[in-house]
Amino acid sequence: MEELLFYLLAIGAVICGVLVIMKKNPVINALFLIVVMLCLAGIYLLLGAQFMAAIQLIVYAGAIMVLFLFVIMLLNLDQEISGIVKGGSQKMIGFILAALLLGILLSVVGVNQLPGRGLHPIDEISNTESLARVLFTYFLLPFEITSVILLIAIIGAIVLGKKKL
Amino acid sequence: MDYIYLVPLFPLIGVIVNGLIGIKFPKKIIGPIACLAILGSFMVSLITFLQVLGLPPESRIIEKIYFPWIVAGDFAVDIGFLIDPLSLIMMLTVSGVSFIIHVYSIGYMHDDPGYRRYFVYLNLFVFFMLTLVSANSFLLMFVGWEGVGLCSYLLIGFWYERKAPADAGKKAFVVNRVGDYGFLLAMFLIFITFGSLNFLPVFEGAAQFKPGSITITLMTLLLFIGACGKSAQIPLYVWLPDAMEGPTPVSALIHAATMVTAGVYMVARCNPLFNLAPFSLEAVAIIGALTAFYAATIGLLQNDIKRVLAYSTISQLGYMFLACGVGAYTAGIFHLMTHAFFKALLFLGAGSVMHAMAGELDIRKMGALKSKLPWTHATFLIGTLAIAGIFPFAGFFSKDEILWDALQKSTILWGIGAAGALLTAFYMFRAVFMTFYGQSRVEHSVHPHESPPVMTIPLIILAVLSVIGGWVGLPIIEHGNRFKEFLSPVIHHAGAAVHHNVGLEITMMVVSMGIAIIGIIIAYTFYLRNPGLPDQLASRFKRLYTLVYNKYYIDEVYNALFVQPIKEGSNLLWLSFDDKLIDGMVNGAGKVVRGISGSIRRIQTGYLQNYALYILLGVVAIIFSLLR
Amino acid sequence: MIPLSHSLILSAVLFSIGVLGVFIRRNAIVIFMCIELMLNAVNLSFIAISRSLNSLDGQVIVFFVMTVAAAEAAIGLAIILALFRNRETVNVDEVNLMRW
Repeated sequence: MEELLFYLLAIGAVICGVLVIMKKNPVINALFLIVVMLCLAGIYLLLGAQFMAAIQLIVYAGAIMVLFLFVIMLLNLDQEISGIVKGGSQKMIGFILAALLLGILLSVVGVNQLPGRGLHPIDEISNTESLARVLFTYFLLPFEITSVILLIAIIGAIVLGKKKL
Repeated sequence: MDYIYLVPLFPLIGVIVNGLIGIKFPKKIIGPIACLAILGSFMVSLITFLQVLGLPPESRIIEKIYFPWIVAGDFAVDIGFLIDPLSLIMMLTVSGVSFIIHVYSIGYMHDDPGYRRYFVYLNLFVFFMLTLVSANSFLLMFVGWEGVGLCSYLLIGFWYERKAPADAGKKAFVVNRVGDYGFLLAMFLIFITFGSLNFLPVFEGAAQFKPGSITITLMTLLLFIGACGKSAQIPLYVWLPDAMEGPTPVSALIHAATMVTAGVYMVARCNPLFNLAPFSLEAVAIIGALTAFYAATIGLLQNDIKRVLAYSTISQLGYMFLACGVGAYTAGIFHLMTHAFFKALLFLGAGSVMHAMAGELDIRKMGALKSKLPWTHATFLIGTLAIAGIFPFAGFFSKDEILWDALQKSTILWGIGAAGALLTAFYMFRAVFMTFYGQSRVEHSVHPHESPPVMTIPLIILAVLSVIGGWVGLPIIEHGNRFKEFLSPVIHHAGAAVHHNVGLEITMMVVSMGIAIIGIIIAYTFYLRNPGLPDQLASRFKRLYTLVYNKYYIDEVYNALFVQPIKEGSNLLWLSFDDKLIDGMVNGAGKVVRGISGSIRRIQTGYLQNYALYILLGVVAIIFSLLR
Repeated sequence: MIPLSHSLILSAVLFSIGVLGVFIRRNAIVIFMCIELMLNAVNLSFIAISRSLNSLDGQVIVFFVMTVAAAEAAIGLAIILALFRNRETVNVDEVNLMRW
């Protein structure tokens, strides 16, 4: 049952991913990307990371992609230039390299069990609580730094977005 | 005595104050500062001299080392000074005459725009000269040696905007350099042989060698080559006449009284080495005698008053070397000292005449200046009497001693020397008669007037010294030769003590005087009694006259033999080697870089996706290599 | 239980698709979206491995990745906006002032 769901979601994600890069209209691209994220959120659930699935939906699909859509609609672009690049050599090289990359990545993926153990074992209490326990103790410093990063992003976005710098 | 380092230091301070600190000082301050610096040196030298007089003769050689200078493996040289009778006499002479000339220069150079530069260079020169005479090692002496060569160049070419002084300065420096080459080789040899460059260890070590040893002979010959360059002997004398392009006080100081005597000082200082090399001593004596005669012949026909004095200097230096060559170093130094007095006097007097005649140098355009320039005339006459060797002036005692000592060694040398003395008296009085006596050939636009006291008082002082300066070296009388006695700890005379034949000595003295007086009478006849006589003789012996008048065409010979080939060779090297090869390489390197960068820059296409492509390529490569 | 290799394969495929998209598209915003796709693929890979190792490290990292991705998206879009204001285009072929 799980596996069936997983394959469904996986194939859905791949197809929508291909559509993301193929369609001309940027709005359509964004919407398909949201679908990919939804599929991924489902896969996270299947993998037992409920909190991350929720966060994926809220932050990624709900905030970031909405931002993307805002900007796309703000710019109001011509459909013409959104298409795939015309020059043959660029496309060719891109295909070849992407295929190469895929080949290399797939060559190692035949592992079912990785050696070693991670540092913070998963308790059977809820995902959120166990995550919180680890996050606010062992990972406190990265957490605080991340908040600073967000602050910087806010300031940067405001400054860059001004009409006159 | 402990303050001996002040002797060279005072002029150096003068250089720094006048040259660096006092760029805006007015003329009234610059001159006195320079003079005071030299006066300070003179006072310290004098005090040290009096202190040394109080010591017993054996302990009059004192070495004061201040700090180590070069320490490189076996080679160690210190900065130190050697206080002994020889260096003290040189220090006193140099600083004393320099002081007088500095005071004179305040008047002479008063209207020159380069006033400050002049005094800076002059002080710098005295600094180097004092270093040279008080050094305790060959290397420190060489520093002074080179330094005075440098200052000579700077001062000869003082009016460098004109071609003649600039060329003369270059000539002086280059010819000096040839001599310095010999000095350097000698220093190398000395170091290899003795392991040290300090005077005292070298001279003590010299005692180990037998007379006539090849090493010492080679060493002393090389040293003598250096002396020839600096003291203008054959064949390196050609720079001195041209050096008269410089200001007259410079000619007085550098090319009469001090720098050119550095060679004589050096030979006298190295007398332990020279005494072991009879061959070198012969060479010194022969070259000295020949130069004395040869330069005198050229001086006979010169019409530029400074040139006459220049050739006279070369000739007198020849006498000093003749003295050293026959082993009578004391006589050479004695003549050095008296020559400093009267030659400086003569040059300054000539300067005074030029100052009065608005820069005129040609004695054919002078005459009957006796009444217009009384002080100049009187002092110039005293100087001339001194150089001619008339009793009781200073030149008589020193020149007579040289001739007497030369007679002991070889009659031929005496003969050449005596002939030179005759010519000396003749041409010097020729100059005096043509300048101060006879009919006035002065052009009408020129109004000669006596020089101001700041110029005449130095003349008077030097004149007094020219009179009494010889009385420290009285011959025959027991203990009369205080000079020789004073120098005896330092100078060891070659040859055994000569049995004094007093009668012969007095006879020779009379003969010397007689020769000089004959010269004066001939000059009188030629130039006052019968003024047409010189021209008649000139037309009778036209070929000889032209030869001598053109200085035996030596300058032209050197030019063809040395100067032109070097110039041609340099040109050739420049065109083929420097221009094509070296510049080609350098430019070629630039071209290669340009070419490479021209092709590599095309990576920066400006397209985002190209850059992403390269990144991806790199990532793929890295992953690939990591997976292997 | 989902085998680890399946998740990793999915992640690799999504990543390659993202890479392909970066090269093929000309619109700057779409390129940016493909970068987000790559990030998501990596997130998936982290979560899968965290599940396999029975450890929370992977999930914490994903947490941070998401945060940083959010910040990056904000600033990136702001830059593209500024670019559009100056150049009237978001076609990456036309922003080539830095060429030789």
